Amino acid sequence: MTMKPEVGPLPLRRPATGTPDAPAAARTIYRRPILLSAQPTSYCPGCGHGIVHRLIAEVLEELGVADRTILVGSVGCAVFAYDYLRLDAVESPHGRAAAVATGVKRYRPDRVVFTYQGDGDLAAIGTAEIVHAAARGERITVIFVNNGIYGMTGGQMAPTTLAGQKTTSSPLGRDTRTQGYPLPVTELLSLLPGVAYAARGCIAEPGLIGKTKAMIRRAFDVQLEDTGLSIVEVLSTCPVGWGMTPTESMQRLESEVMGAYPVGLFVDRAKGVGQAMPAPVGRASPAGGCAAAAPGPGVPAKEAGPARPAEA
Amino acid sequence: MAVLDRPAGAGRPHVVASPPGTGVEAPLPDRVLMKGNEAIAEAAIAAGCDAYFGYPITPQAELLEWMARRMPEEGRAFVQAESELAAINMALGAAAAGARVLVSSSSPGISLMAEGMSYMAGSRLPVVLVNVMRGGPGLGSIGASQADYLQATKGHGHGDYRVPVLAPSSIAEAIELVGDAFVLAERYRTPVMILADGILGQAMEPVVPRFRSIPKPTADWILEGAAGRDPRVVRSLHIRPDELEEANEVLQATYAEITAKERRWAGESLDGAEVVVVAYGTAARVARTAVERAREDGLRAGLFRPITLWPFPAPALREAAAGARAVLAVELSAGQLVEDVRLAIEGTVPVFHHGRTGGMVPSPDEVVAAMRKAWAVTPGKAPTRPGTVTPETAPGGVR
Ligand SMILES: Cc1ncc(C[n+]2csc(CCOP(=O)(O)OP(=O)(O)O)c2C)c(N)n1
Ligand code: SF4
Ligand SMILES: [Mg+2]
Repeated sequence: MTMKPEVGPLPLRRPATGTPDAPAAARTIYRRPILLSAQPTSYCPGCGHGIVHRLIAEVLEELGVADRTILVGSVGCAVFAYDYLRLDAVESPHGRAAAVATGVKRYRPDRVVFTYQGDGDLAAIGTAEIVHAAARGERITVIFVNNGIYGMTGGQMAPTTLAGQKTTSSPLGRDTRTQGYPLPVTELLSLLPGVAYAARGCIAEPGLIGKTKAMIRRAFDVQLEDTGLSIVEVLSTCPVGWGMTPTESMQRLESEVMGAYPVGLFVDRAKGVGQAMPAPVGRASPAGGCAAAAPGPGVPAKEAGPARPAEA
Repeated sequence: MAVLDRPAGAGRPHVVASPPGTGVEAPLPDRVLMKGNEAIAEAAIAAGCDAYFGYPITPQAELLEWMARRMPEEGRAFVQAESELAAINMALGAAAAGARVLVSSSSPGISLMAEGMSYMAGSRLPVVLVNVMRGGPGLGSIGASQADYLQATKGHGHGDYRVPVLAPSSIAEAIELVGDAFVLAERYRTPVMILADGILGQAMEPVVPRFRSIPKPTADWILEGAAGRDPRVVRSLHIRPDELEEANEVLQATYAEITAKERRWAGESLDGAEVVVVAYGTAARVARTAVERAREDGLRAGLFRPITLWPFPAPALREAAAGARAVLAVELSAGQLVEDVRLAIEGTVPVFHHGRTGGMVPSPDEVVAAMRKAWAVTPGKAPTRPGTVTPETAPGGVR
């Protein structure tokens, strides 16, 4: 396996088909997005990372922003994402992607900046970085691939691992008494006024994959609208870490994982979906006056409650 | 000496308005009083720093505060991060995107930044870091210290890498070195550290308010979106051992070039010095006074002040000490600089150490006493007085 990226400048527009010189052949129903390199990936059979890469590639291509997009990588099985997605990219230390992306975006606010992070990366070692990037409302998009496990290091328990789930570091099953409860990061983040968009998708079957793609598309749109941080959590598989076949792992996503982590839209502030926690905003708030009573920017003061996805 | 008409923390002392309509530039005040932390910050802004990231910690906080006001004024990026861990990684991202970046902290915060420094070295990112050292280990004290010498010159993060370390011993010199640090960082694509201490950061000194602007070189590796060219990747990961070794060889070749070309030091009264004092930063200020007093008392003493701590100016020190009878390292630490001094001297001259820790600063007289002791217990190349010498009978006698 070689890690060399393809050479040659990025063809930013797909050549037109069906010209008089080259009459259209059969209708294309499946093709490799231009942004996806032809290089074989390092992912195991049945791994969800490849599907998520493809969705990102399709969305960026459709939006026509690939040539001004910067990928902020992370540490996990997708550490080589920059070999598969033909984008300018920077590597981050484990967990620090949201901070790295903050630095990129603050210096280049006119670029599209996104992180690609696993659940160990984002929900364990990188919790502070993601929470504060969200609190600051950084204009970045976060693609959060939750496979409920540390895939890269051999299938250890992650903060997202389900109660009772066996992993190499919870061999008897995750015991909530000593190993705590699964961490619903997207729900937590959706409480913050800095988060303009938050949704959870899943790659279990084509219909869900299509919905997930629409979420990713909307997340990038929100970044272009410059209203806050956007995050899409994608429930994904790790057949190797789960000790299952690819088919079994897809079935488990639907039968178990989606029960614990409901799929749907949590927040789309521009569309009035989701309510942020009333944030104690000081004198800078448009309403002025008493800090404690003032809701966050764009936050309705009433009906702030626990986040639940708006659609299933 | 002119003094600022506003509190030093409140204005932009280097900007002086021309009298309207005259077309003549108003003369700059000869000198203004500035705190070290503020002078470093303003020097970075003048140099063309595009982005600053930091986290409050004493005795560095004024640097962050100055940037909090001045960077937005200049339309540049400023973020008070949630931790030093986040600050250094914001710096990493901004540098990868082509920004000229400054980050500052003090000892405990630098420990948290160690991970990012290793990644920045591996990714070959130019970033200037300021460590305004305080007492350690642990939470230690907020007093001035030089106890991070080994961390700065040999350590911080993991892996085979080095970071050039510049050590100013006055606020005026700190201003100069900020510009030099950006030049070095960009010339060699490496993080560069300015190693200051709590006294340099907190004290006010008169400085000439002329700050240098540094031209920014073009770079063919920065990330801005792959428009009309191959995508670029900024990374430290080279999973194949042969590729990582190759990348490490590039780093090592860079360090060899830096060592060959960029060592810096200053010498005072070194001609014919019998005792060569080696000190940097605030310790060098004390040592200078001590050397003057010792010379008044008849002890031929000189000061060797390394300005680059890495690369250490070892050949120059060896030469300066060649005719001496003793070398004395003076530092605000239990003995860190002295290790490099010994390595430089290679046993040719006896090396002594005098250090205070925890935020304590030696007095000049204390250093004079240490010099006399070093003189007394060493035989010397050509004894200057007959008989047995003791600290009391060494030149100068007991003060
Ligand atoms: C500071 C640090 N600690 C630990 C590791 C080892 N490590 C690499 S990937 C990883 C976990 C990755 O899990 P996740 O983010 O869920 O990604 P996945 O592989 O499951 O896609 C860990 C702990 C590291 N690289 N750096
Ligand atoms: S270990 Fe799991 S997450 Fe990693 S590539 Fe294999 S299946 Fe995917
Ligand atoms: Mg995972």
